[in-house]
Amino acid sequence: MDELTLDGLREIMRHCVGTGESVNLDGDIRDTAFTDLGYDSLAVLEVVTQVQGRLGVSIPDEALNDIETPGALVEYVASQKAGA
Amino acid sequence: MTRRAVVTGLGVLAPTGIGTKAYWAAALDGRSGLGPMTRMDPSGYPIKVIGEVRDFVPGDLLPSRVVVETALMTQYGLVCADEALRDGELDPGEQPEYEMSVVTANATGGAEFGQREMQNLYAKGPSQVGAYMAIAWFYAANSGQISIRHGMRGPSGVFITDQAGGLDCVGQARRVIRNGSTFALSGGTDSSFSPSGLVGQIPPGLVSLSTDPDRAYLPFDVAADGYTPGEGGAILLVEEAASAQARGVRPYGEIAGYATAFDPHPRTGRGPNLRRAIEGALADARTAPEDVDVVFADGYGVPRLDRLECEALAGVFGPRGVAVTVPKTATGRMYAAGPTVDLVAALLSLRHGVIPSTLNVTAVSPDCPVDLVLGDPREARVRTALVIARGYNGFNAAVVVKAVA
Repeated sequence: MDELTLDGLREIMRHCVGTGESVNLDGDIRDTAFTDLGYDSLAVLEVVTQVQGRLGVSIPDEALNDIETPGALVEYVASQKAGA
Repeated sequence: MTRRAVVTGLGVLAPTGIGTKAYWAAALDGRSGLGPMTRMDPSGYPIKVIGEVRDFVPGDLLPSRVVVETALMTQYGLVCADEALRDGELDPGEQPEYEMSVVTANATGGAEFGQREMQNLYAKGPSQVGAYMAIAWFYAANSGQISIRHGMRGPSGVFITDQAGGLDCVGQARRVIRNGSTFALSGGTDSSFSPSGLVGQIPPGLVSLSTDPDRAYLPFDVAADGYTPGEGGAILLVEEAASAQARGVRPYGEIAGYATAFDPHPRTGRGPNLRRAIEGALADARTAPEDVDVVFADGYGVPRLDRLECEALAGVFGPRGVAVTVPKTATGRMYAAGPTVDLVAALLSLRHGVIPSTLNVTAVSPDCPVDLVLGDPREARVRTALVIARGYNGFNAAVVVKAVA
């Protein structure tokens, strides 16, 4: 995977981290907080671990404080890729 | 007046069946869940026969978010807890969250989950270790996940006392009920069938190396040669007696007595304490030995340990003084899960008036003077049952369950 799209992230969330009983990832999730999507801090860490492995980027734990939504994660990865 | 604890819901997952109904039918029909190892390639291991849970598809029974963050031991616990709540007709969402407790037991941790992440660590590096390694392998994960799933926030905990934990947790559940909780989900679950999990079971030298599933685990038999490891779980819905009555739910039985006793160090020259656990549980239940209708024995399957158990039983009940059965010959020793599954069988014996038999055992050793239920299940009026459990290196526990008058 060369770049992280919102759909790519959606797939990672769905297939690698799973979804809760009453969660719909199909809608516009870009600006929805991870917590509102049923992803607690550990689940976000797991998403980030998967993203790091697939994209070959490094996302330090400190950066996670500002990454509260799927959109923010996509943007962060894009900025890392652009800077690399 | 002491608050009494009764069991109003059962959930079971065993090599012989998923769900209480399937487990009980197999126990009465004499069907075995032991077989050749299929979970992994057996060629590199001296252990060839194990008791595997088959056809368990966690994604069919649990949300995918929960599946990815849990080891098999926890998935077994969650599924058993769901069944126990259904069986006990309890919707935890309608109850005060701090009056519902979770007390589980586990002996071997999330073996297959831990191994996978350790392999990620060594093969791919620290950044590729899953975040859930932090919580999934740990013994307490089962109580935690059950508590989260059902919003049960009363006094909770976990017992790690090897196989005895499957009774110790139920004893503790009774205690939290006495202290004010109205409900407690309680029981043991274990699954250790990964290479690292299996390897850990070899050094004590107690596991049978037989290749014949029908001859591998023969407690009290002249051919006893070790035990067969199994996996699975059982969760009981334990409830304060007046609450069960008010809800109109018929209890399977009362947790009437419990005791635990640890063995002295062999250097002291003092013998094991299994008998003390048995007598302690009977005294706690204010029950005389002659009032016990059946004993679900520990049945290690190791001749030396079988003899010790028989000595304790003969000391309390007299030689062949009580009906004894070991239905776990059909499932293998499921570590912390085993004794809770025995408790389920004991409670179903109270309800149905029938004692499941000890599968595969045919020739009881003269060293073991026990009235072992062999062949067909034995119909009997069962009002009081004793369940015994021992763990590796000195754990002993006993629970007395009684029919509710």
